[in-house]
Amino acid sequence: MAFEPNGATKRAPNTNMKKPKKTAAAKEVGLPRSFQEIILRLQNYWSEQGCAILQPYDMEVGAGTLHPATTLRALGPKHWRAAYVQPSRRPKDGRYGENPNRLQHYYQYQVILKPNPPDLQDLYLKSLSRIGIDPLLHDIRFVEDDWENPTVGAWGLGWEVWCDGMEVSQYTYFQQVGGLDVRPVSGELTYGLERLAMYVLGFDRVYDMPFNDPESATPLTYGDVFLENERQGSTFNFERSDPEMLLRWFTDAETQCKRLLALDGSNEKPLPLPAFDYCLKASHLFNLLDARGVVSPTERQSFIGRVRDLAKGCAKAWTDSQ
Amino acid sequence: MPQLIIEFFSEEIPARMQKRAEEDLAKLLKEKLAGLATQSVRTFSTPRRLTIVVDGLPARTPDVREERKGPRVGAPDQALQGFLRGAGLTSIDQAKVQNDPKGDFYVALIEKPGRSTPDLLKAAIPEIVRAFPWPKSMRSGEGDVTWVRPLQNIACVFDGAEIGIDIENIPSKAETRGHRFHAPDAFAITDFESYAAQLRKAHVILDREERKAIILRDTRKLCEAKGLTLVEDPGLLEEVAGLAEWPVALLGEMDKAFLALPSEVIRLAMRTHQKYFAVRKGDALAPHFIVVANIDAHDGGAAIAAGNARVLSARLNDARFFWDVDRFYDAIDKKKRRRLRDEAREKKLRSIVFHQKLGSVWDKVERVAALAKELCAVTGADPALVEKAAHLCKMDLVTETVGEFPELQGQIGRLLYLEENNAPSPFAGEGREGARADASTAPEKREHKSSNAAQADRPPPPTPSPQGGGGASSAAVESIAAAIEDHYRPLGPNDRVPSDKVAITLALADKLDTLVAFWVIGEKPTGSSDAYGLRRAALGEIRVLLESRTRLALLPALMLHEKRRANVIAHDPQGRSTRMLDLLAFLADRLTVQLRDQGKRHDLVDAVFSLGDDDLVRIVARVEALDAFLKTQDGSNLLAGYKRSANILRAEERKDDKLSTVLQTGEYPQQALFQENAEKTLHAALSKAAPAARAAVEKEDFTAAMSALSSLRAPVDAFFEAVLVNADDPKLRLNRLALLTNIRDALHEVADFSRIEG
Repeated sequence: MAFEPNGATKRAPNTNMKKPKKTAAAKEVGLPRSFQEIILRLQNYWSEQGCAILQPYDMEVGAGTLHPATTLRALGPKHWRAAYVQPSRRPKDGRYGENPNRLQHYYQYQVILKPNPPDLQDLYLKSLSRIGIDPLLHDIRFVEDDWENPTVGAWGLGWEVWCDGMEVSQYTYFQQVGGLDVRPVSGELTYGLERLAMYVLGFDRVYDMPFNDPESATPLTYGDVFLENERQGSTFNFERSDPEMLLRWFTDAETQCKRLLALDGSNEKPLPLPAFDYCLKASHLFNLLDARGVVSPTERQSFIGRVRDLAKGCAKAWTDSQ
Repeated sequence: MPQLIIEFFSEEIPARMQKRAEEDLAKLLKEKLAGLATQSVRTFSTPRRLTIVVDGLPARTPDVREERKGPRVGAPDQALQGFLRGAGLTSIDQAKVQNDPKGDFYVALIEKPGRSTPDLLKAAIPEIVRAFPWPKSMRSGEGDVTWVRPLQNIACVFDGAEIGIDIENIPSKAETRGHRFHAPDAFAITDFESYAAQLRKAHVILDREERKAIILRDTRKLCEAKGLTLVEDPGLLEEVAGLAEWPVALLGEMDKAFLALPSEVIRLAMRTHQKYFAVRKGDALAPHFIVVANIDAHDGGAAIAAGNARVLSARLNDARFFWDVDRFYDAIDKKKRRRLRDEAREKKLRSIVFHQKLGSVWDKVERVAALAKELCAVTGADPALVEKAAHLCKMDLVTETVGEFPELQGQIGRLLYLEENNAPSPFAGEGREGARADASTAPEKREHKSSNAAQADRPPPPTPSPQGGGGASSAAVESIAAAIEDHYRPLGPNDRVPSDKVAITLALADKLDTLVAFWVIGEKPTGSSDAYGLRRAALGEIRVLLESRTRLALLPALMLHEKRRANVIAHDPQGRSTRMLDLLAFLADRLTVQLRDQGKRHDLVDAVFSLGDDDLVRIVARVEALDAFLKTQDGSNLLAGYKRSANILRAEERKDDKLSTVLQTGEYPQQALFQENAEKTLHAALSKAAPAARAAVEKEDFTAAMSALSSLRAPVDAFFEAVLVNADDPKLRLNRLALLTNIRDALHEVADFSRIEG
């Protein structure tokens, strides 16, 4: 606890309250110098736009969209604005740390605004300026890319946003989630943080990119933080995970989820939030099985169908509870 | 005359939808303005706006005055009430009474005053928005209106004045904005000239054709300066013109080392993924690309070109990784270190489901191989080569490169096969590929862009080379390689058909197997859906048969193949499989459509089909000969004579149900019963022409058959001139009717003339 002198309990008058915002922006001069500075600038920016800055969801997910703050909050009539970093796992994308830009664990920055404001494109473009992308120096484009996630029965229209030919974000207006029409429509922005940062910071190999300030006492690269994780993660995903165990856990997670949704015939009140946790678990376990190469294409369809059924059940129970 | 401008200003419209949207907008607006004379309608689209300009639009719709006649005076009340309702009157006193020869009638005078054009537009535009046929559209925010992406403003200006359009809460001001980054401020719209001029000042080129011209001009200039040549690509040009309001072409560089990759892969990454134009230096692909940006960057585009080059490198790096894995040079991924042999690929194909009811892809391969070997009898290909090619043709589906670039299926298989068999591979040297790119890219249509794009700079199979290990085996390798790539062809109406015999055989077998297999499980295409591309397979089969002039009796081939799949087969009384007859009819329909598209009369195709032939080459030859014949005077007169004979016979058969039995006995016609010369002449002509036509048909010389028939024209005409068929003497009548039967039968030797119109 910092020492507080007498009188500090007297709050400064409200008129001064705007100041911290200006200072925060004023500190962000020039180009960002590290991965974390890009994240911090996005956090500040979206905080200024009135988003709740959430912390990452504490479960393994394949994409930021799967955070209940997006998947579930996109449903129902209530207004909502949130932004957060979400660590994302794609076991199949592991390359033992030897590919310059493919990772089995990486970060997405996720923003959801519900309903989408009419000037969402402008808000998004300003966020790019904030992390140092000048739209009169770099070629920013909105290229058709309709988003669909069959495992959660969701789709929307939008674009992938290109910066000098590189996809830096996915921009979507949700139309359906869990097989249900969404009203109002949410605008969803997903920034691929590593790729975006590599571009802004000028690195071709993700592991060389500075994680913290390169001039700090202990400069750390992305590789210092994550290279070993990629090596061990890839080995686990491809060689060492135990398929039988994974399959058992998948079945358990599925059973638990259904039970929580009262889909097992009981008359209990459905609990969509914990049920969704088990749906996410099942989804990640499936990804691990898939990476292990033990899922035949036919089985694959059946697994995806099972996860989709869970997701739809959660979406429906959540909508009913809203 | 007043001018109307409407601009739908929105977030970025997908490039592929813009042109169609212009057409749809023009169509919808013209419907709404029906009855209004207009001088011209022009439409424009950019990524952010869809604009329509109508010149010479009157300020009001004309007044309409109509007299409506009602019931007789004194008619029942019900009739009067109905009349009043229909005419919009409240009392019968408002109608006039008119007298005509039939009595006194009520007449209502309906006057509809014209409507002011602004009022009409205020009502019409929201309807247009709601009815707009975007391929996919969306809601936004809390609204219910759908558009392709959020609509930001609807500007409607008529005769210089703003017309506010009221639809949900979408803004509607007589203004627009310029380029997103160069000139984002709003400015007023008054008339088209100033609208287009102000947009140009605001870094927006409204006209798509002008944007395309700018891109081409600048691209060529960039190339010339470096001694390079642009690989022209009209489909890509159209697309990039729909991605920029202010197109700026820039030349980027790529690492020369990537030129070692197959040019198919490089061009696919450039075109499909990055939307870059490829460039050549001399005959070879150059280590450069053209990217079209949307801004005048303040560093002249250096950062944009460098950034794009990095992205392309990353993509090609990935591609090289996959290509190396597929070629067994993997040095990176430990999981893939083991050499992937054909057996390993076969094992994978066994695990990929082709269709739930049709087994694995490998099952399909086995069926195709069996069928293809049989087809060798008609294609003249070497069955051993065909079998080998069949077993190899789907192998590339499980390669890493095709996993990453599915559009390259077949092409990668061919390259890998050539590489694995040490044949001179067409990509090893800096190929001559580029030189052929222009010619093969030019006619392509957009719907086939991926396949054609990838194929664009693929050279024809190289000629056998001495290093290939002996002439014969080298030719065999080339044949198999061609078959692996080409068995998917043709992929659309503008794609080529295989030319190598092995490839032709495999292409025929692959498509026939697909058709038979889906017919067996009852998955036929419906009017609205054709999920498995069976129409395309049928059209492809037809084109390969016709262009390679392969003489295949389809029905026996289909039935034989059906047995490989089906346990239960239903037959018709003639022992033909009903399922395969249905498939044959489907193929016939496709052929009819195709011939009709080529300008052949569909009734001629019907007339030939109804003979029950199943050899498409012969069917088409017959249709062509028939078409030519009917265009001659002899042909059309003979057709008229045929129709007359057939009509008389039909009428008489209706009156006398035993007639046809009597005529079939062959008892008539009898020489002794001929009374007129015309009868004798006709009979003599028929007894020469019918066998001559039959003999010519047997030799498949349809032109000779037609000319044999044409000798009948004069005798037939003379017969009808001189002879009364329905004579009083029943024997004479029968004799003459028999002559008519002979005319009909002679003509039926070449086609069922009853199906021909006219």
